[in-house]
Amino acid sequence: MQAIDIKMWRELWAMRMQALAIAMVIVGGVSIFIMSLSTVDSLYKTRETYYRNHHFAQVFASLKRAPLSLVERIAAIPGVDKIETRVVAYINLDVAGFDDPVSGHLISLPDASPGLLNQVYLRSGRLLESGRDNEVLLNTDFARAHGLLPGDKLRATINGRRKTLTVIGDALSPEYIYQIGPGAMFPDHQRYGVLWMARKPLATAYDMEGAFNNVTLTLTKSGNAQDVIDRLDELLKPFGGIGAYARKDQLSNRFLSEELRQQRTNATVFPVIFFGVAAFLLNVVISRLISLQREQIAALKAFGYSNFAVGLHYLKLVLMLVGIGTFAGIGTGIWMGQGMSNLYMEFYSLPFMIYVLKPQVIITAVLIGITVAIAGTLHAVYAAVRLPPAQAMRPEPPAIYHTTVIERLGLQRFFSQPTRMIFRHIERRPWKSLLTITGISMACGTMMVGNFQKSAIDHMIEMQYGLSQRGDIIAIYTEPASARSLYSLRNLPGVEYAEGFRTVPAKLQFEHRFYRTSVHGIQSGSKLLRLLDTELNTIDIPAGGVILTDYLAELLQIKPGDMLTIEVLEGNRSTVRVPMAGTAKEYLDVNAYMQHDTLNRLLKEGNTISGARLKIDERYQRDVYARLKDMPQIAGIVEHKSAIQAFYDTIAETLLFFTFVATLLGGSIAFGVIYNSMRIALSERNRELASLRVLGFERAEVAYILLGELGLLTLIAIPPGLLIGYGLCAYIAYAFDTDLYRVPLVLGMNIYAFAALVVIVSSIISAGMIWRNLAHLDMVAVLKTKE
Amino acid sequence: MSVDKPSSYKRIDTDIVFHVHGVTKVYQMGEVQVHALRGIDLDLYRGEFTILLGASGSGKSTLLNILGGLDIPTEGHVLYGRQDLTHATEHELTAYRRYHVGFVFQFYNLIPSLTARENVAVVTEIAKQPMQPETALQLVGLGERLDHFPAQLSGGEQQRVAIARAIAKRPDVLLCDEPTGALDSKTGIVVLEALQRINRELGTTTAVITHNADIAQMADRVIRLADGLITEIQINEAPLTPGELSW
Repeated sequence: MQAIDIKMWRELWAMRMQALAIAMVIVGGVSIFIMSLSTVDSLYKTRETYYRNHHFAQVFASLKRAPLSLVERIAAIPGVDKIETRVVAYINLDVAGFDDPVSGHLISLPDASPGLLNQVYLRSGRLLESGRDNEVLLNTDFARAHGLLPGDKLRATINGRRKTLTVIGDALSPEYIYQIGPGAMFPDHQRYGVLWMARKPLATAYDMEGAFNNVTLTLTKSGNAQDVIDRLDELLKPFGGIGAYARKDQLSNRFLSEELRQQRTNATVFPVIFFGVAAFLLNVVISRLISLQREQIAALKAFGYSNFAVGLHYLKLVLMLVGIGTFAGIGTGIWMGQGMSNLYMEFYSLPFMIYVLKPQVIITAVLIGITVAIAGTLHAVYAAVRLPPAQAMRPEPPAIYHTTVIERLGLQRFFSQPTRMIFRHIERRPWKSLLTITGISMACGTMMVGNFQKSAIDHMIEMQYGLSQRGDIIAIYTEPASARSLYSLRNLPGVEYAEGFRTVPAKLQFEHRFYRTSVHGIQSGSKLLRLLDTELNTIDIPAGGVILTDYLAELLQIKPGDMLTIEVLEGNRSTVRVPMAGTAKEYLDVNAYMQHDTLNRLLKEGNTISGARLKIDERYQRDVYARLKDMPQIAGIVEHKSAIQAFYDTIAETLLFFTFVATLLGGSIAFGVIYNSMRIALSERNRELASLRVLGFERAEVAYILLGELGLLTLIAIPPGLLIGYGLCAYIAYAFDTDLYRVPLVLGMNIYAFAALVVIVSSIISAGMIWRNLAHLDMVAVLKTKE
Repeated sequence: MSVDKPSSYKRIDTDIVFHVHGVTKVYQMGEVQVHALRGIDLDLYRGEFTILLGASGSGKSTLLNILGGLDIPTEGHVLYGRQDLTHATEHELTAYRRYHVGFVFQFYNLIPSLTARENVAVVTEIAKQPMQPETALQLVGLGERLDHFPAQLSGGEQQRVAIARAIAKRPDVLLCDEPTGALDSKTGIVVLEALQRINRELGTTTAVITHNADIAQMADRVIRLADGLITEIQINEAPLTPGELSW
């Protein structure tokens, strides 16, 4: 090894603690980068493989009832490849030992087959066989949530008749990678499940022999999804079709796509912060190293080392340091990526996970590492290269200071000499001070992201269930029924109040933009559902008008007063034009709301309801559930409180972990930046401070000059840090916005206070460590040595 | 000029500022023990201008550091008046330096972010009965350069600011470690004149370290050190002014 390389290794070793601190920050950036991108690639690859191998359909349609003979006409649509018809029913379930309402979708499956399309992945047990009527395959998550095994029984209300079903196994389906029940906000595997049953008994129960109410299809290579959907809608219209949709609009697939998009956001935001901080730390540490080595650089040049060789020497040192961080980060990233992918496999019901690590991801990480190294140190290395040997041999001239703005304003009499030293030092190196402030601000901002997610979810739930939906449960009818049916609900013991609602699937159109959702008819002055504006005031729906979720109004680019075209996809399938009356603030889903009787009138029907919202006395809760399950007209019950609790239980740990990690990352950035800045400042001003000690200054007085500066910078950094945090949260909220849900940008005082507190505590800890170093200022050496 | 043995030099006891007795100092340098001082006995008197002369490694800086409260001896004791510096706490040593000692360093050690006036003020602000910074700077002939930063001053000027800073608190003793070491002879003389003027006008006990034997002629007393021992103490009956030194 060449002597100059030995020098590099020894110096790397001598600065190992600082090197470690920098390497750790790089490990953080690289590992999150690798983890996020490899998880995205893995999830994508897994999804595509799963979809392909299990023939996930490309077009989906539900209808009321059509004869099987229609299949030929569907097959004749240009672009259609394979077709599978099904019978699908929404049912009430009864699991022994579980009192809360449970609902599910029962889907028909051909005998002894995983199906033609949307093939199930059998995890245990066997497929359905002909002649065995009451057997079901359970979705794996539902089976696990209730501990149901092959041979176990559960009861179901199928088309008003109670039946006992026997579990014969559990399976996964590409159609239900993400499962969410109708009217629910989050996956709740205890209260909602997907079940598969043989076609014959299911068709018999729903009077669907020789008929179907659901069809899915794949397309030929040249098939155009929209053309097929249009033709299919025409065909199914007379049979109560409620509008076909493409794979990209399929709920489970959409949630997965959103997750992929969010992971990509994570793959950019956090590594950018880490790499920025790493560049900053490299800058301060290497600049200092080079300024301490002026004489060595001069000597090397005097011996005949070229500028290039000297520059390369320091660049190699930096690259070595960054290289160690990058490679450790790649290792950590792969490990975290595999763990994350496995978590996804569990969270999203995927049968397998193909871990994908693309070479270009690794190459990009390495290139980013090199870029950061060079960007952070180029200036310092260039200064070393530029130094003429003779000049380098002489000690550095005294730093040039000026009176500060504050003093030129004549305010100096308010400040002591040490305070003036602080101001002048900050003003003399404005860039360095600015960088330090930026680093601390970044740490402060990062810290806010962790708490933001929790606060956003709390706000969404509070808004949705605390303020907007005020009922305890929603009972969904099998068929729209007369509003008189409410009497039987109101008369149930324990029901305090009941309010009917009408919901119809519809296509909303404004100009050339359209969106498929539901139109909800709400009684005017409804007590159990309130629409809220941004200030959380209740909105009254004007008679004859329609209120849209604000996000939907944006999607359609429609303003109050514009005429919205509503094409109802049920019943008489009328198309009407209604004035858009305003928007409501909603974070989940997107909807359209009208007055109940207006909707009934548009549908040319009497006082009809699709279900009811109920307020119930908690003491009679179980009785009410039991009675509702016995009512044949009630297809399913959605209950809020325990579902929210279950959701919090599921995500609590994840959320806590995320907050913990974000705090740890923010804290380590804050600590890394502040501690390193103090260490460097101590090293640079060692002589000055030791001189003051010799002159009779106490340790505390000397510490004030050094730590006061960093303290001042920390305090200055907090307000912009909170702004950066707000910006980061706003960016995340913006990036996560979809028609499925919007993340509210809600940041309580506690979030700001916590971020500021962590930064202040980090700087106090750093100051404590520096305080100990100040005890060992070498006063004797100061008398003799020149810098 | 007469030469005496150390024991024959007599002054009244109340005039003793420093009483050094049996002082040794051993440093551990890696695996080697360095005996910087090997048993020094010495008294310094009020108002006296003393020069500590010796080659590098003779122990003169170690002795000055101990007198200045920057270091404590391995053995023996040092009395400043009645205060025992040997057993003083860090806090007591800081107070001692703060109120009684003025230091002048070879490399000036000015605070680069403060002007000449402020470099003096940084000390006067913590002293008990200081003179005005401007007065101190006038004493060293820098009354015209009060608002210059160190980067705007020559080496000699910087050293004179350092002297002004050292004397502005009206210290009882002024300790100078090679004050002209980094200066050319012409500037050195200006600095030495400043030191002599302070000694004569304010009566400040002054000890100056140098390895330049020529400078010794301006001292009241010259103490020669070699290998950690005092080899000779020489009294000048008629000290020269710096201007008269042949350098």
